[in-house]
Amino acid sequence: MTPLNRKLTRDLFHLRGQVIALTLVVACGIGTYVTMRASYQSLLEAQQEYYAHYRFADIFTHVKWAPESLVPAISAIQGVAAVETRIVMDVTLDVPGLDEPAAGLLVSIPPRRDPVLNRLFLRAGRWPETANEIVISENFANANQMEPGAQLSAIMNGKWARLNVVGKALSPEFVYEIRPGEIFPDNRRFGILWMKRDAVAAAFNMEGAFNDATFSLARQSNEADVVRRIDTLLDRYGSLGAYGRSNHTSARIVTDHIEEIRTSGLVLPAIFLGTVAFLLHVLMSRLVSTQRGQVAVLKAFGYRDWEIGLHYVQLALVAVIAGTLLGMGVGLWLASSLTALFSEYFRFPSLSLRPDPRVMLTATGISGAAACMGAIAAVRRAVSLAPAEAMRPEAPAHFQPGLLERTGLRPLLSPATRMIVRNLERRPIRAMLSALAIGFAVAILVVGWSRVDAVDELAALQFNHIQREDIMVGFHEPRPASVAFDLAHLPGVLRVEPFRQVPVRLRFGHRSRLTAVTGLSRDAELRRPLDAARKSVELPREGLLLNSQLAELLGIDVGKLATVEVLEGARPVREIVVARLVDEPVGLGAYLDLTSLQHLLRESPTVSGAYLRVDPASSASLYSLLKRMPAVSSVAVRETVLASFWKILGDSITSTTFVLIGFAVVIALGIVYNSARISLSERGNELASLRILGFTKVEIGRILLGEQALLTLAAIPLGFLIGYAISWYVAKTHSPDILRVPFVISGRTYAFAAAAVAAAALLSGSVVARRLQQMDLTAVLKSRE
Amino acid sequence: MTSPAHDAGPRLASEPTPNALFRIHNVTKVYRMGDVEVHALRGVDLDLFEGEFIVVLGPSGSGKSTLLNILGGLDVPTSGQVIYRDHDLTSASDRALTRFRREHVGFVFQFYNLIPSLTALENVALVTEIADNPMVPEEALRLVGLSDRLNHFPAQLSGGEQQRVAIARAVAKRPEVLLCDEPTGALDYATGKLVLDVLEQINRELRTITAIITHNAAIAGMADRVIRMSSGGIAEIQRNEKRLSPAELTW
Repeated sequence: MTPLNRKLTRDLFHLRGQVIALTLVVACGIGTYVTMRASYQSLLEAQQEYYAHYRFADIFTHVKWAPESLVPAISAIQGVAAVETRIVMDVTLDVPGLDEPAAGLLVSIPPRRDPVLNRLFLRAGRWPETANEIVISENFANANQMEPGAQLSAIMNGKWARLNVVGKALSPEFVYEIRPGEIFPDNRRFGILWMKRDAVAAAFNMEGAFNDATFSLARQSNEADVVRRIDTLLDRYGSLGAYGRSNHTSARIVTDHIEEIRTSGLVLPAIFLGTVAFLLHVLMSRLVSTQRGQVAVLKAFGYRDWEIGLHYVQLALVAVIAGTLLGMGVGLWLASSLTALFSEYFRFPSLSLRPDPRVMLTATGISGAAACMGAIAAVRRAVSLAPAEAMRPEAPAHFQPGLLERTGLRPLLSPATRMIVRNLERRPIRAMLSALAIGFAVAILVVGWSRVDAVDELAALQFNHIQREDIMVGFHEPRPASVAFDLAHLPGVLRVEPFRQVPVRLRFGHRSRLTAVTGLSRDAELRRPLDAARKSVELPREGLLLNSQLAELLGIDVGKLATVEVLEGARPVREIVVARLVDEPVGLGAYLDLTSLQHLLRESPTVSGAYLRVDPASSASLYSLLKRMPAVSSVAVRETVLASFWKILGDSITSTTFVLIGFAVVIALGIVYNSARISLSERGNELASLRILGFTKVEIGRILLGEQALLTLAAIPLGFLIGYAISWYVAKTHSPDILRVPFVISGRTYAFAAAAVAAAALLSGSVVARRLQQMDLTAVLKSRE
Repeated sequence: MTSPAHDAGPRLASEPTPNALFRIHNVTKVYRMGDVEVHALRGVDLDLFEGEFIVVLGPSGSGKSTLLNILGGLDVPTSGQVIYRDHDLTSASDRALTRFRREHVGFVFQFYNLIPSLTALENVALVTEIADNPMVPEEALRLVGLSDRLNHFPAQLSGGEQQRVAIARAVAKRPEVLLCDEPTGALDYATGKLVLDVLEQINRELRTITAIITHNAAIAGMADRVIRMSSGGIAEIQRNEKRLSPAELTW
């Protein structure tokens, strides 16, 4: 071992506290990066493979009724590679062990063959063979503990039928399995049922006909063109409009989620690694300058600059390599837990962690480069001095009364306080950089915790302000408005607010969007659209209320005329002025006054469902009555939707958040500890002199840590600012259409970030203060640095 | 000029004296350096009297710094006794030693060890703040002839001026003992003499026991007593009948 390497090992041992702190900081940076990238890539690959192998369709459409004889014409549409027609129906289910009715989406499958598109992955059991056999979606089966052999009842076309479950399956169409029009899954109360085509056709009088079609696109065909051709062909069959994967709810939510992980996987690790790089730079340069004398001696002996440089780079690399390995290990472990979490609500046939060596290489490269740059810059400064000059004690540093004192505060400050203030003011850039490093730790905590705020805010907005009904009842077909009176007479129903919902295509200029217009009573209390200030918006007698996200997608503004093409019944087309924009975190809603919607539809008053306020005491008997009403297609209970919201968003956001917060706390600890340790070695002599002059350990501890405390204090507001900016940036760059997570940072988040960093500072301060005990006083008498 | 210390007359170092401020009896100090024991002091006896000016001479490793450290409360002996007035420093705690240094001892270092971020005045105020009966800092700086440099930072002062600030800082608390480790070691001839002048004047005006350890044998002439050390013991104590003024010294 060369002497220089021996020095390296001893220095490493001597500086072990700082090396460990650095290693942990690097590990956190790399850990975040690896966690985010690896989970992103696993999800993305799982999605792409699944869609490809199971032939997920590219275009989807639903019609009222169309003859099967149309299939050759559809297949001949230019740009269509394959088409699969089927019958898809809403059914009400009676699931054993469930009080309230559940909803099912009954999807036909070809007899004795796999569908051409949207092929099923049979998890357990077998394909249906007889008319009353079904395969059910795995999530629904698991949530209700149903295995092949179980039974359930369904209202099919107004008649009860007993169905035998013979298999569980997954479909690329329902990776995220939700009721149409909803955002959060409720696997107990909603499931997919696959049944033989002939059986479905017989039950719904649809022999020789279909009401749903999916298409795959030929290579190099334009989706928009094909959609237009399909719509033209199917329009007269009551088409609800064809749409691509980007408007397919499950596909959209999965993609949005992957995209969110990608964004956070870029932004957050970039911040973490940036902080680590910056920290390595600061720490290495300060470390090397405390060894100025040793550098001079090595030079005097004839060591070349690059040899000395390499020596310090090696020192940094030990921490970086150890940190990178640790970070990769922790990152892969966390990524596999996250992936396991995703697989609970995103159903892929196989979702497992696939570590990408490129991710690892990038991570190593980033941290290694940061350490080398820091070390090299510092070593260059150290070796630029002639050895003789470097061996001489550094001239006393130049000081002057700082800004703070010139403001007239000087007499108020004790000499010890002046030392602290002037030390900081003498090297303002370094003080700023140190504060910035701690500030980043604060910022990371703010960013992490603000995600929890966002979910809280979203829940409050959606479930306390917008969705205030206890249950929502939906009908298969529009019912006469008088149904409201029937509902009001059911036991425990306290208030009934009927609504009418129609599928529409909204157009403005060349842009269009498939959505639904909801007609609400003007005196509605249970569902009220909100404005940006969260105030209920009164429905105008005339004119449309548009969700601001939808308005943005259409490029329309208040006062402009939107073309509303109703996609049901007489399919009227009307131009309606946009009266106001509303702000909702979920969906792309459009609202009209109930009466004017009914007027637009040119029909006698009908309703699609109703929002109910119910007495909790009689909900059980109410549910069993609703279950037996053939007209009712769905019952959504606010409580259960809320619970599933928390399960999904709560689980996924809080678990990633806690990972981030854990990393941020370690980074904060590492920064403050290293900063205080280096201060101690830079100012050890000064402090030891004070000890000799009779200062107690507490008094010099106050001087040393006072500086760190001031830096930490300055860092906290700085960190708030940086954290705010980063959160804002993340919120702006990632704003999915379907679910818009609000940008909020609560006082609690700021308080938490400040407290965590202050605690980290206190902890590292006390560790450093313990080193003051071991200070060698007599060495100072002889030492000259 | 005759000081009361002179009146006390010559005594044997080992003989306990009632009016000695410091009584050091059979002090040994053993350091452990890895597996090796270093006997820095081997049974030293020494009394120091009020107002005395002592110069400790000796080669490197003779134990003079260890003696100074023990006198200054920076270290405790391995065996033997160190009594300062009624304080037994022999096995004092770190807290007691800190209080001892704070109340009774002034230190002057070879490399000044001023706080670079504080002005001359503030460096002195740093110590007067924690002392019971200090001079005003301006007074201490006047004593060392730096009344016109009060608001200069160390970087704006010459080496001699920095050392004089260090002396002012050491004496401002009116210590009974002033311990100087090679105070002229880093200074040129003329500046060194200037600093010695200041130390002599402080000793005369404030009657502070002043102990200087040095390699420079020429300084011995200005002492009341010269203590020569070798191999951890006192080889010789020489009493000067007449103290020379620093101006009379040459080296």
